[in-house]
Amino acid sequence: MNDTLIGLAERVRQATAAKAILRIRGGNTKSFMAGVISDAATLDMRSYAGIVDYAPSELVITARAGTPLVEIEKVLAERGQCLPFDPPRFADETGAFAGTVGGMVAAGLAGPGRASVGGVRDYVLGALLLNGRGDLMHFGGQVMKNVAGYDVSRLLAGSWGALGAICEVSLKVLPMPVATATLRFDMRQGEALEHLHAWAGQPLPLNASVWWRDTLAVRLRGARAAVAAAVARLGGELIPDEVGNAFWAGLRDQRDEFFVEARHAASRDNSALWRLSLPPTTPVLPSFGDTLIEWGGAQRWVVAGAEDTLVLHRAERAGGSAFRVIGGIGDGAGYATPLAPPLLAIHKRLRESFDPHGVFVPGRPMRF
Amino acid sequence: MLAHPGWANTLPPGFDGESAIAPSRLDEPPPAPAREAPARATVAQAALVDALRTVLPPHALLWRSEETTPYECDGLTAYRERPLAVALPETEDQVSAILAACHRLGVPVVARGAGTGLSGGAMPHAQGLTLSLAKFNRILKVDPRARTATVQSGVRNLAISEAAAPHGFYYAPDPSSQIACTIGGNVAENSGGVHCLKYGLTLHNVLQVRGFLADGSPATFGSLALDGPGLDLLSVVVGSEGMLAVVTEVVVKLTPKPQVARCIMASFEDVRAAGDAVAAIIANGLIPAGLEMMDRPMTAAVEAFVNAGYDLDAAAILLCESDGTPEEVQEEILRMKSVLVASGATQIQVSDNEAQRLKFWSGRKNAFPASGRLSPDYLCMDSTIPRARLADMLLAIAEMERKFALRCCNVFHAGDGNLHPLILFDANDPGQLHRAEAFGAEILELSVAMGGTISGEHGVGVEKLNSMCVQFSEAERAQMLALKAAFDPQGLLNPGKVIPTLSRCAEYGRMHVKRGALAFPELERF
Repeated sequence: MNDTLIGLAERVRQATAAKAILRIRGGNTKSFMAGVISDAATLDMRSYAGIVDYAPSELVITARAGTPLVEIEKVLAERGQCLPFDPPRFADETGAFAGTVGGMVAAGLAGPGRASVGGVRDYVLGALLLNGRGDLMHFGGQVMKNVAGYDVSRLLAGSWGALGAICEVSLKVLPMPVATATLRFDMRQGEALEHLHAWAGQPLPLNASVWWRDTLAVRLRGARAAVAAAVARLGGELIPDEVGNAFWAGLRDQRDEFFVEARHAASRDNSALWRLSLPPTTPVLPSFGDTLIEWGGAQRWVVAGAEDTLVLHRAERAGGSAFRVIGGIGDGAGYATPLAPPLLAIHKRLRESFDPHGVFVPGRPMRF
Repeated sequence: MLAHPGWANTLPPGFDGESAIAPSRLDEPPPAPAREAPARATVAQAALVDALRTVLPPHALLWRSEETTPYECDGLTAYRERPLAVALPETEDQVSAILAACHRLGVPVVARGAGTGLSGGAMPHAQGLTLSLAKFNRILKVDPRARTATVQSGVRNLAISEAAAPHGFYYAPDPSSQIACTIGGNVAENSGGVHCLKYGLTLHNVLQVRGFLADGSPATFGSLALDGPGLDLLSVVVGSEGMLAVVTEVVVKLTPKPQVARCIMASFEDVRAAGDAVAAIIANGLIPAGLEMMDRPMTAAVEAFVNAGYDLDAAAILLCESDGTPEEVQEEILRMKSVLVASGATQIQVSDNEAQRLKFWSGRKNAFPASGRLSPDYLCMDSTIPRARLADMLLAIAEMERKFALRCCNVFHAGDGNLHPLILFDANDPGQLHRAEAFGAEILELSVAMGGTISGEHGVGVEKLNSMCVQFSEAERAQMLALKAAFDPQGLLNPGKVIPTLSRCAEYGRMHVKRGALAFPELERF
């Protein structure tokens, strides 16, 4: 077995013996969401990096957790393949994209393509996990169809370290789309949502959508002929590729104007950036402040008061959930939709089974 | 026989002690150590029936042997067991009350849909209750605006697509048993089908499942949103083979029906070329709606069954489908054809109309019944391997046919590397059954050695418990058992399936380590 891996497992066993706690980190680009745990030592996964296996004809890449996400995307692009769910590449303090593939899976965040192509967990095929006992365990595998045992590897997507340190992941990848086009429309929020619902029910190559300040933009992706036919059919203003691609990249990495302004607002006054995950057909929510809508209505970002529990109420009433992403003080406890009691009990028992000594301190959304 | 004096008082009115004792078990005198088993079972049965009669109407509870016998197996008929009783609840309140009662009594519960599973996942527990969801057969809502359908768990897979059709939608996963299998069973097995390369498995097409935990408390996994707070428990509940929760309601995603679908049928002179063609299609950036492969024996079997005009001279046949808008399909079919020709296809036909397309598929869809005509019995395997190893596997299987002196027909979901070798045998010859099982186990072990898995879509159930010992280490299996305990601390939901106990694997390992050498020593074992 690899020496670095043995070293990581040894760190966990030592921490257990010393009753210490560990914070798992990769590129440290998501600590603004995860929160900071001051008395935790760091288990830095960047030492365990590199692509282990990549066969384009298998549509699978296997990489060590510390491999930079941008490196994975570069290697895939050389063979005309990609991670179609647009995981955000948050920049570090220096402005560079420092996120790792392990962090991508642990956070489980996806970007503009999510509603049409699926999320991180839909692309996880297998993982090597270091649990709180210092055991290394393989779950899943490197093939698309695999129902041997419980699918623990997919459970790791969005687990924020609660079940252990992800050491290796195998991901399904897809061919890059042959053609892409961006269309822009002037529309009020309600009208935009209605159009998106109608379009999504038709065989159109609709890949991503965003609404902000009475502008709707959609991204079409697919076969050349299909994209051309959809452009002709939907109307709107065709945005030049360069401009369109830069716009979607900014949205994906949460560096778009909306996010810049929301961060600014959060640092200036008592407002915060909230992220609501809702059934897509949820009607227009009474405005809290600036609102940006993605995923055909299923992901809505709103700027609202840092302690505005009305956001939580509205999200829950619509059958969804909300989480305060930026703003407010402390670790934001109480500013996320709580788990239903029977699920909370399962969560606690699950954590105990993976990490009986409580060695790992997971990121903020996963503290239960 | 009636060694427990107290039990007569607990008998419900009308309870017939005679018929409650399984006659076949009385006919065959059990070996000495198990002599008391029938009596114990009867007492447990009386207590269970007594408790359930207070929560279920009389017609919803079966316990006489002639009533429970039809439930003794699922699609894996080689394994049979009779449950203490079968409950057929009609409401969620009844499901909850049944589970609460069983929890109180410590009685195992095995949920059952249509019983079409192929790995024994719904095989009853001898000391348990079989909980049939057959009456949960209502489609509650089709929402074209949200592109979802809310259905009870006993609704048949195909019925969802039929209900969605007037709105221009369908439910994408299409296991071969789709006319009979239920969505609840699909959730339990994470079922696939011939189109999952492009459209995903059950997990990718389900948004939310509602049901009950082992103690009868309600639980909802997933939501109508695309994610929710906490861990994504839906991703383990799907595919958990009824061991984590009993599902009563499912919200599925609906997919717009493609305007056109066309299928290419290509012949190859050798299996290596056919296997390489599969890898070449994917490597060229194509994701076919379906990509299937049949070897010569399989082709001969299905041609005799459906007369679809398959090329009987081909060593292997590929079916490669494109769907979408007419423009997309035209573009894609051209690209597919050129890759297939470059890969050495000796004959290519493209369907011109829907009738012809369905004809191309008719043989593939009837592969299992067609094999049934070749041989009294067959064992259907279900492993997955990397696509690039398809030809290696076919050649290895040909070797195994000689080694075990049994024939094998091969049909593959080639696009995702999922194999269904059908090992032909005669169960009346015990030697053949034994050889068929050894043949199957060897295919599974080779699949793991090639970097694949022992089950692609049929599940582990009881059939592949031993093979789980090959694929997973002791720590991994212990973690899976702990995961089950997090949902079901008393271990009452479908116990004994999917995850073998450590002692079972130790036993299997002893049988398996031959001449001091492990099979496939090149495999890493942490």
